[in-house]
Amino acid sequence: MSLTEEILTISIAAFGTILTRFLPFLLFPGNKPIPIFIQRLGKFLPPAILGVLVIYCYKDLPANFTSNSVFEIIAGVITVLVHLWKKNMFLSISIGTCSYILLLNFFNLTSIL
Amino acid sequence: MDTVKSTAFKFALKKTLPIMTGFLFIGMAYGMYMHQEGFNFLYPTLMAFTIFAGSLEFVIANLLIHSFDPLSVLFLTLIINSRHLFYGISMLEKYNVAGWKKYYLIFGMCDESFSVNYATDPPKDIDQVWFMFYVTCLNQFYWVFSSMLGGLFGSIIHFNLKGLSFVMTALFIVLFVDQLLRENNHFSSLCGILVSSILLIVLGKELFLPLSMLLITGIFCIKENWRVKTHESN
Repeated sequence: MSLTEEILTISIAAFGTILTRFLPFLLFPGNKPIPIFIQRLGKFLPPAILGVLVIYCYKDLPANFTSNSVFEIIAGVITVLVHLWKKNMFLSISIGTCSYILLLNFFNLTSIL
Repeated sequence: MDTVKSTAFKFALKKTLPIMTGFLFIGMAYGMYMHQEGFNFLYPTLMAFTIFAGSLEFVIANLLIHSFDPLSVLFLTLIINSRHLFYGISMLEKYNVAGWKKYYLIFGMCDESFSVNYATDPPKDIDQVWFMFYVTCLNQFYWVFSSMLGGLFGSIIHFNLKGLSFVMTALFIVLFVDQLLRENNHFSSLCGILVSSILLIVLGKELFLPLSMLLITGIFCIKENWRVKTHESN
């Protein structure tokens, strides 16, 4: 690829991304009332999206299930439990991540199985 | 900096600390990847700045070493980032703020900025618009800075902190659990988890994300239709 082609490739990606982010705001500008259906959809979607984003973090699991996948699930469950217990975002994220790092570095399943 | 801005900034900094950790790790990995492909550090830095959508940047980095194909670039960009349409619909009211900040909030609406800005109700003494603005700013700064670091020192740095990228997973889990705890009706949350899990297993990781969003919207349409019908018959 020449430099011009590289710049074009990056520009198209940037433009496409900007388009996907701005389109809803262009279709439903702030100075006009938003249709009730869109308002209700906008209220319905976020909890579902947060759920989808959790699954997105585990997207490599089904195709490539290894001992790492087991650690990711265990660390995820630990994060949920710590958060239900203390409801402290930093504590839950820290303990969840530390448990994953510990499992990954010091607990080698393949050497046991 | 006046007190309104500085309190909002401090709160945004606190709320984005996990993202800082995650982006530092993933952004550096991305910069190192481009470095290994033979690109100058300016490439990951400028791509991080202008595109600002992590998963797409890895794909574009890969396309750059192949022959020029603008249509595939556009197609892949729209497919991978179609989820932003649904973030936008969700943020139509919250991001409808006065002045130039609105355009920056929309420009910087990555997964993490959307999630934190949607899920956080700052305390009364903190200005929400400045808070959302700083969350977006800080996220972009973390991402651009770590991509640059990876691109600059790609051959020198070696990671020993294997597994640190789990902070992003933990962040999304915590935001989701908080959502479950504060809502009365779990239909939407469970719909998101179930639909995306099933489509991930059936369709694989390339296509499940945009199709999950479409199917969830479809389920909402059926639910609305049913609600309107039962309402009319009463």
